[in-house]
Amino acid sequence: MIKTDILIIGAGPTGLFTVFEAGLLKLKCHLIDALPQAGGQCSELYPKKPIYDIPGFPEILAGDLTANLLEQGKQFQPGFTLGERAETIEKQEDGSFIVTTNKGTQHHAPIIAIAGGLGSFEPRKPQLENIEKYEDRGVAYFIKDPEVYRDKKVVIAGGGDSALDWSIFLADVASEVTLVHRRNEFRGALDSVERVQELKLLNKINLITPAEVTALHGEDKIEGVSVTRDGETQTLEADAFIPLFGLSPKLGPIGNWGLEIEKNAIKVDTLDYQTNIPGIYAIGDVNTYEGKLKLILCGFHEATLMCQSAYKRLNPNKKFVLKYTTVSGINGFDGTRKESPKAVVKAIV
Amino acid sequence: MQDVTIHITDREGKKHSVLAPTDMAMNLMEVVRSYELAPEGTIGVCGGMAMCASCQCYVKSNHELNPMEDDEDAMLAEAFNVKDNSRLSCQIPITEVLNDLEVELAPEV
Repeated sequence: MIKTDILIIGAGPTGLFTVFEAGLLKLKCHLIDALPQAGGQCSELYPKKPIYDIPGFPEILAGDLTANLLEQGKQFQPGFTLGERAETIEKQEDGSFIVTTNKGTQHHAPIIAIAGGLGSFEPRKPQLENIEKYEDRGVAYFIKDPEVYRDKKVVIAGGGDSALDWSIFLADVASEVTLVHRRNEFRGALDSVERVQELKLLNKINLITPAEVTALHGEDKIEGVSVTRDGETQTLEADAFIPLFGLSPKLGPIGNWGLEIEKNAIKVDTLDYQTNIPGIYAIGDVNTYEGKLKLILCGFHEATLMCQSAYKRLNPNKKFVLKYTTVSGINGFDGTRKESPKAVVKAIV
Repeated sequence: MQDVTIHITDREGKKHSVLAPTDMAMNLMEVVRSYELAPEGTIGVCGGMAMCASCQCYVKSNHELNPMEDDEDAMLAEAFNVKDNSRLSCQIPITEVLNDLEVELAPEV
C-alpha cells in the first residue's frame, strides 16, 4: 500500500503544482494518472503548442511548462502511479481514504486532491456492433505488450501517428499487418508516412484506403473483420483488431464517489476548494463554482489555497504562518536547500 | 458590428435560434457553449484546437463558410458520424456572412 499525505488524482499542471505548495508545508504527495506520463492535456494533446497566459511567461510551450513544473516540485520527491485510473475510494474509520486503481494499486492518504481536469483519457471507440464483446479477446485500444501480436494477423484502424507507428512496429512482429484508414492521406509525421509506403511496397503492410472496418466476426474472440471500400465489403482473417482513434476525456469512476456533480464537474466551496466530502478537495478544470474559469493559472491559485486548508486539517492545533520562499528558502525532502544569497553589508568608512 | 442569428439543433433534436456577436472573435463552438446547448465537458473538450472533434456539427444551410484547413480535415478523417456536411464548429469564426446559418450538433461519442 502506498502511503502519502496528499493523494493527487491527475498529474496535469494543477496536480504538479500542488506538489510544490504541499512541499512548502512539509506535506508529501503522490500522484495517480491514467496516462503513462505526467502533464495531462499539456503533454498528451498539445505539447508543442504555446500558452500565452501563464503569469511570468510571455510564451511557453505546454510541454516545457510540464517539464518546469516537474523540476519545480522535484525536491519534494512526489511519487507517481502512472497509466492507472483511480477507480474506487473507501473512507476509513479515522477519516482517511484508500483509493484503488483499475490495476489494483492501493493508496492510503488522509487528504485527497482531485485534479483530474476533464477526466481520465479514454480511447475513442468506433461504433461497431459487439465491439465490447471482443474487448480483451482480440480488440485492444492500446498496445501494452507488442509481443502479444507475434505471428498474429493484426488489423489496425486509424490515420494518426499511433496508427502509423504501431503498423510500422508490428510489421516486424506480426505475421500480417493491415492498416485501414478512411482517407488516402494520413495525419502523421512525414517520415512515418513514408515508412508505411515503403513497407507497403515490400508487402509487409497491407494498406487499405479509403476504407473502414464495418463489422467484427468471431465466436469467442476476433477471427475476422469486414472492411468496406467504395461500397464493396471484404472479410479479412484476423486475430486482433486495434482501433486507434485517439483519446477523449471522461469524468469516469470519480463521478460515482458520492461527490456533488454539476455540469460534469465537481462542486466545491471556494473557501478552500473542498468538496461535499470533508478531506476530499477538487482543484483545476475538474471543479466548478460560481465564476469558475478553466485556466491553468486559476488551478495554481486553487492548489495553493487547498494545501493551506489541508495542512490545517492535518494539524488542527499547530500554529502556522505563510512564508515567502525568497525569505525562508526551500528545504527539499531530499536534503537539498535553496535560498537567496545573503546581502553583503559593509560599512562605508 | 452586428450580431448574427444562428439556428442550432441540439443533440436532443431541439432547435434554438440564438444571437452571436461578430466582434468578439468567437467561433461557433463557443457560441454553443455560451448558450449551454450541450453539456459542459461534451463539447469543445480540447478548447478549440481541432484536436478532439467533440464540437462536430452538420451544416444544413447553403452558406459559404471559411474553407477547411488541413488540421480540421485530418481530424474529421478520424472522427465518427462524419457526413459530407460535417465541420468542426470550433473552426468556424462568427462573421456577418453567417447570418441565418443552420447547423445541427453531431452526436456525442
